Amino acid sequence: MKILVCISHVPDTTSKINFIDNSTKFDTNGVQFIIGPYDDYALARAIELKEANAGTTVTVLNVGSADTEPTIRKALAIGADDAIRVNAEPTDSFFVASQIAEHAKGYDLVLMGRESIDYNGGVVHAMVGELLGMPSVSPVMKLEIEGTVVKMSREIEGGKESVEANLPLVAGCQEPIAEWKIPNMRGIMSARTKPLKVVEPKAIEATVKVQKFELPAAKGAVKMISADNVAELVTRLKTEAKVL
Amino acid sequence: MATLVFVETAEGKVRKTSLEAVAYAHLMGAGVTAIVLGTTSQSELESLGKYGAQKVLHVADAKLDHGVIQVFASVLTKAMQDENADVLVLANSSLGTPVAAKVAVKVKGSFASNVVELPSTTSGFVVKRSIYTGKAFSMVEMKNPKKIIVIKKNAAEAKEVGGTVQIVPYNVALNEADFNTKITATEKATGDILLTEAEIVVSGGRGMKGPENWGILEALAKALHAATGCSKPVSDMGWRPHHEHVGQTGVKVAPQLYIAIGISGAIQHLAGVNSSKCIVVINKDADAPFFKAADYGIVGDAFDVLPKLTEAIKSLH
Repeated sequence: MKILVCISHVPDTTSKINFIDNSTKFDTNGVQFIIGPYDDYALARAIELKEANAGTTVTVLNVGSADTEPTIRKALAIGADDAIRVNAEPTDSFFVASQIAEHAKGYDLVLMGRESIDYNGGVVHAMVGELLGMPSVSPVMKLEIEGTVVKMSREIEGGKESVEANLPLVAGCQEPIAEWKIPNMRGIMSARTKPLKVVEPKAIEATVKVQKFELPAAKGAVKMISADNVAELVTRLKTEAKVL
Repeated sequence: MATLVFVETAEGKVRKTSLEAVAYAHLMGAGVTAIVLGTTSQSELESLGKYGAQKVLHVADAKLDHGVIQVFASVLTKAMQDENADVLVLANSSLGTPVAAKVAVKVKGSFASNVVELPSTTSGFVVKRSIYTGKAFSMVEMKNPKKIIVIKKNAAEAKEVGGTVQIVPYNVALNEADFNTKITATEKATGDILLTEAEIVVSGGRGMKGPENWGILEALAKALHAATGCSKPVSDMGWRPHHEHVGQTGVKVAPQLYIAIGISGAIQHLAGVNSSKCIVVINKDADAPFFKAADYGIVGDAFDVLPKLTEAIKSLH
């Protein structure tokens, strides 16, 4: 089986978000980049499938500039066999999905996170599925393969849904599909020499354009209320905040 | 310009977030056609008129009672064509969002999810999206003639505006090949208020000390007609089910009021609650970082404060 895992290169979840160039560009200063946390779950499940099924290969794909290569190498260190980097800025969901679709043909399973934690579009998997005529399911919390049938559990509002589909398939993953894997020293050493192919992007006409970024309005100072005066909280929620 | 709104139902009832989508489309100012798929009652369909729909297309096919994403995407694509709709509006959900993405590909439209405000059309068609898990926004120009907008909760208030509605049975030939995923079972917490739709959320963290103590938190939630949530460690330890986990990698909520009890306020948790209108933090540690993100704070023991707060709320009604 051939598995493709698409990873995003995103700011660590604890990052402080700032913009530069008149609020048109993300400020990478002091920001640590990681494999998208949801993509990390997808990768972990792919490696589990590889370990359990002889002959399975895992390729990672990232749409990004050369800056993302340390993130790709980390995915190789975790256990992927090889990697593809599409040399382009991942501007929006449709652009990224179109690039992935160019390379995803011939894979049995295309895994990625439910969403990237930068732009939070949450739809690249659905668009890839649509572009390739493959079923797509997200957010997948459990994924088992029996022959050519994939049995999944997907989170829905207030519960979960059991879903089955045939391979080939695209899945957007989230916990608890697998435990995150931490690369070991052997993995890190071998990742240096694993193949990382850089390809130029397919020309896609932009369907959307980010004009600028904004930060939320600063929050006012917290109003502290004594634990002995809970009634005051209720009064304030009713008359001041008007939320009761 | 005509706007089509996909109205999602759960057990035949219109979802509240879909009413916000109808209200959003109404506020955009063009004619609003809603589309409902699957079995539902006449009164539910008629109720959409009150929120601004002029016409409701109803596909009364029981095969659509469960949302198969590919099938829904094909039906909505056909409806956009038949209605000559330039814009499709949907509420974010585990069904609506992927359906919207597929429609966008099919109609070669511009797509935006997590939209928090009405579009601005003074210079192009621009929407405001929530990004970086609520830590920032982007202003996005949707350039293609067809536009697919997935709104985040509270992007528009579901307000009754009156008006009558024309209900039109809509027949679409379903393509068998679109049934490419099979739903074999659904498990749902029954009787609970949905976390993603709740106006008030009461969440507990490790400070609750154990799953056996959730009774006092649930009592408060009940008094407030609130949904219950929890922090990541709490769901990781199995004290509460995963679907209650609020945070960066869990459910993102946007209620009027979020009450956090015994949650320290790690940045990953804040990412799931930063769209709340008002945040109350109750924690016995005065240095808990969550206080900095709160509107109101009480330093105190959950086991002391919660029962008192529940009583105070009850005396309000």
